[in-house]
Amino acid sequence: MAIAEPKSNDKPIVLDDAIIEGAEKLSEEDIARVINDMIKTEGGARFKAYLNTCMSCGYCSEACHFYLSNDKEPRFAPAAKVKQTLGEFTKKKGRVSRETLMQACEIAFTECNLCRRCMMYCPFGIDIAFLMLFVRRVCHKLGVVPRYIQDTAHSHSATMNQMWVQEDEWIDTLQWQEDEAKDEFPDLRIPIEKEGADVYYSVIGPEPKFRAQLIYQAAVLMHVAKIDWTMTSSPGWDNSDMCMYTGDLEMTARLKKVHFESALRLRNKRIVMGECGHAFRSVYDVGNRFLGWKMPPIEVVHAVAFYDELLRENRIKIAQKFDRPVTFHDPCNIVRGQGLHEKARNVIRQTCETFIEMEPNREHNFCCSAGGGVINCGPPYKNKRVESNRVKADQLIAAREKGAEILIAPCHNCHGGLEDIIHHYKIDIEIKFLIDILFDCMEK
Amino acid sequence: MKSIEDWDWAPGKKIVADMNQWQSDYEAAEEPYVSPDGERIAAIVKIEEETYTVCVNGTPWERTFDKVWSLRFSPDNRAVALVSDTAEWSVAVDGATWENWFEFVWNMQFSRENGSIAVAAQNARSYFAVLDDAPWESGFPSMNNLTVSKSGKTSAAAIQTIPLKEGDIFEFQKGCFSVAVNGVAWKNTFINAWEIDINPEDRLVAAEVRHTLYDYTIAINDEVWPTSFSAVWRPRFNPVDNSVTAPVKVAGGWSLAKDGELFWNGRYSQLWHHFYSSDGKKIAAIVAPQFGKWTVAENDKAWDLRFNEVVMDPVYSPDNRHIACTGKADGKWYVALDGKAWPTPYDRVWAPVFSPGGDLVATKVEIGGKYAIAVNDKLIDIPFANAWDPVFSPDGSKLLVKGIGTGEDEGKYCRHILKTDTLPRR
Amino acid sequence: MYDIYALARGPFAWGAFIIFFGGIIYRLVTTVMEARKKDHVVFDYFSPYYAMRSMLHWIVPFGSTSMRRQPVLTIVTFAFHICLIGVPLFLFAHVILVKESFDISWWTLSGMAAQVMSLIVILSCVYFFIRRLVQPDVRYLSATTDYLMILLVAAPFITGFWAARAWAGFEVATLLHMLSGELLLALIPFTKLSHMFFFPLTRAYAGSEFGAVRHAKDW
Repeated sequence: MAIAEPKSNDKPIVLDDAIIEGAEKLSEEDIARVINDMIKTEGGARFKAYLNTCMSCGYCSEACHFYLSNDKEPRFAPAAKVKQTLGEFTKKKGRVSRETLMQACEIAFTECNLCRRCMMYCPFGIDIAFLMLFVRRVCHKLGVVPRYIQDTAHSHSATMNQMWVQEDEWIDTLQWQEDEAKDEFPDLRIPIEKEGADVYYSVIGPEPKFRAQLIYQAAVLMHVAKIDWTMTSSPGWDNSDMCMYTGDLEMTARLKKVHFESALRLRNKRIVMGECGHAFRSVYDVGNRFLGWKMPPIEVVHAVAFYDELLRENRIKIAQKFDRPVTFHDPCNIVRGQGLHEKARNVIRQTCETFIEMEPNREHNFCCSAGGGVINCGPPYKNKRVESNRVKADQLIAAREKGAEILIAPCHNCHGGLEDIIHHYKIDIEIKFLIDILFDCMEK
Repeated sequence: MKSIEDWDWAPGKKIVADMNQWQSDYEAAEEPYVSPDGERIAAIVKIEEETYTVCVNGTPWERTFDKVWSLRFSPDNRAVALVSDTAEWSVAVDGATWENWFEFVWNMQFSRENGSIAVAAQNARSYFAVLDDAPWESGFPSMNNLTVSKSGKTSAAAIQTIPLKEGDIFEFQKGCFSVAVNGVAWKNTFINAWEIDINPEDRLVAAEVRHTLYDYTIAINDEVWPTSFSAVWRPRFNPVDNSVTAPVKVAGGWSLAKDGELFWNGRYSQLWHHFYSSDGKKIAAIVAPQFGKWTVAENDKAWDLRFNEVVMDPVYSPDNRHIACTGKADGKWYVALDGKAWPTPYDRVWAPVFSPGGDLVATKVEIGGKYAIAVNDKLIDIPFANAWDPVFSPDGSKLLVKGIGTGEDEGKYCRHILKTDTLPRR
Repeated sequence: MYDIYALARGPFAWGAFIIFFGGIIYRLVTTVMEARKKDHVVFDYFSPYYAMRSMLHWIVPFGSTSMRRQPVLTIVTFAFHICLIGVPLFLFAHVILVKESFDISWWTLSGMAAQVMSLIVILSCVYFFIRRLVQPDVRYLSATTDYLMILLVAAPFITGFWAARAWAGFEVATLLHMLSGELLLALIPFTKLSHMFFFPLTRAYAGSEFGAVRHAKDW
């Protein structure tokens, strides 16, 4: 599938055959028409203000793990990604070559995690992620999108979940996890479609597919904490959303409608969601907006905030603290996305004996480089993704040297990205979800 | 099917079942469900390890199963559940299973008029619907959005017609999905097909489809509208003239289209869940005239009322003169009638139920951790630990209230018939 | 010579100020109108508290991590902006012109201070120019207009300083000072220099989203 290994770093090299196949179908007129139409219809005041206000000062460069990890190669600076994409689009009034379009696609999809760290380093607060999403939407409209993430978007559209999980497979997974858990806790239930339950618990597609033990652990947590909860058997169960990242915002809207309405139909009081970052972004401040909901129509609680609440309210008790030293990776979408960093630290302090901070941390933590749909662009981009996050490896190595043996990351994509980094840079650290720790330590 | 006129409408209270007993009779009893007429309460109960059945009014079904889930009452008061025995699945109706067994069944639905039962089923990775124990003759690689008609004669679903290899995005984009009606697929294929409506005579089926990655429209009996939109929501048949309307997204916002052409002039930040008056003369919908401000619009005219979080459950009164809905603002739920929200904030409300004359609106509500029935925003003074939707008698003189009591009635499921003339009037 | 001077003192000055203020109003009004149409979120999520919080962190020197990480750039940037705005507003010669025309006046800088501050602007421009040339990421980002903009900003200060020092040819310098200053004013609304009035808008929006919705810091 890979077309060529990158030889030099001064230009993106197209690594995905679907990008090439998609672009081959386009004439320069097609490209110009779509770009100009997008700028006309969706390039609003923010778009223009951001492009016109950027002073090319370079404050953002130091924020970006791609830039820092690629030996400060200038084209990886956040503002440079805008220059190479929207800069070209606007300068040439949309009449860009297929080559430029493909490169723009590579940049927007695989060289930016939409992590919004650079937004915190820009004196004007220019939202580079917003601009890269604009580029992605142009690519979507032109049918030039990396194969793996496009396939995921197709899965979303056909099944309302990320992984082509059929309706029966999902329900079967819940029943299977319930059966497994009953061996340990005979009274335990995973209540399916329970009308009026307080909590509606939702997860992302990969949980039933690859990480069903997380559903098991969540069920045990709910059981022990005596939460009146439910999960839906309907296609609203998956809270994830790669369409938000391919630029298919109409589909994002449909996914979120199905998700929220499954909880509204069951009259649940709030949605508690598993440890996923991007899904939180989609549910909390992206998808709801496309549907006209200023805030989610039902309160949305991320797992980290939920654990914090359970501990504060003494709904669960810690039997024995986790005795190996841990460090913590702040996922962008729940830290820059909802400021959950202190709650996460409260959970860690209550459950772990030794906590070693990673530097930088909280809002300033570096992204895992998997987020923003980058890991979902699949194998062609694995090397680039991992090599472009040497700073993360440095961060982890420093934490390891201070004694951390366990890396806690409460986000699925972070897990995927960090696992690859740990493996590639041969870092002797083990990665866990927060619920892995809670599950180990709580009184059951 | 016993008609609603024949239910027991004699005023008074009846204790139907003592649920406290169930907890001691069985290893475990799950959350109960109550029949529409309120005469029966049922729950999935555990007899012993891996042995489950359904208990109705204290009496368990004779047959037990490895697993039971999705217990619900049909509109004609039968207890129906999905059951499994030796890794095969079927539907049990009042304890008797269907003849057909499958690898899995789910998504149980009832037709509104006669209580026909439809489920989605899977055998050997082939997906199909089963309507009253009759499986579709053909199965498909996948199936979603199963829909059963009001009459119970027709089932339809969005189906996949062409199997896909993993990652074959360009094949997908040629269109591998369609709609099957009673197991027969339409000839057209689409990128996607989603929600479906079936007309009252079971003659026409309409579905939301996407025929390129960017063009959404409505298909009716395999014919697509000539116009496309950047998005659509579920289509609806006019109950009288069979025209089709659907919310569509155009430049400037959402609007309503009829038979392929824009029908409403208003442009809304959102418009969905539209519905007709029974005479087909009026259409109303949940709308957001501005971002984050929700209300109901009738014939393209939005109420002045706004809820800042969500609007749900809009419904016409039987005489089509009123619309009631629920709405949430600043974390509290309200009931609204004809554009005016009633003042009481609730922790939760359920769908409003009109009296036959349209003068009363009853709703199950949660307030301060207890459940109750509110009629025209006045609470009936019977607190419940749990309650079910109230039902008016056909002549409107009585109200059936169903719930598990508190205090001396704790754990007891009671059925109350109240005279409506003793209830608060608007 | 005198004719051009009269033009620069009269119609050009008027023109420059009209274009400057008119341009700002035009750009702001059209931006707000476009935002109303296509970016309603800017208004829906606007939070005065968090907008102010964000702006404060970014107008106080070293108020953000970003600024602390690049101390030299931060010092130069603040010194530059303070002098850039301070000198033209509080220069005795400018205030006198206003007094003559409108009979209003205000506090003025001493001649020495004004000259030092002008020098700071000029040296800052030199720094910015060299930084653009030598720092690889900034060089990559820079277009010709970015370099021209530095020259455009420096020009009135170089010529003004020249005139104030009464060096040889200061009459020409004075004229060039007026013309370059007017050109700068007139171009501000229509170039990236418009960041001077877009700053509060983009910053306020970022602050509102980060603070009110995402409960996170943006500095």
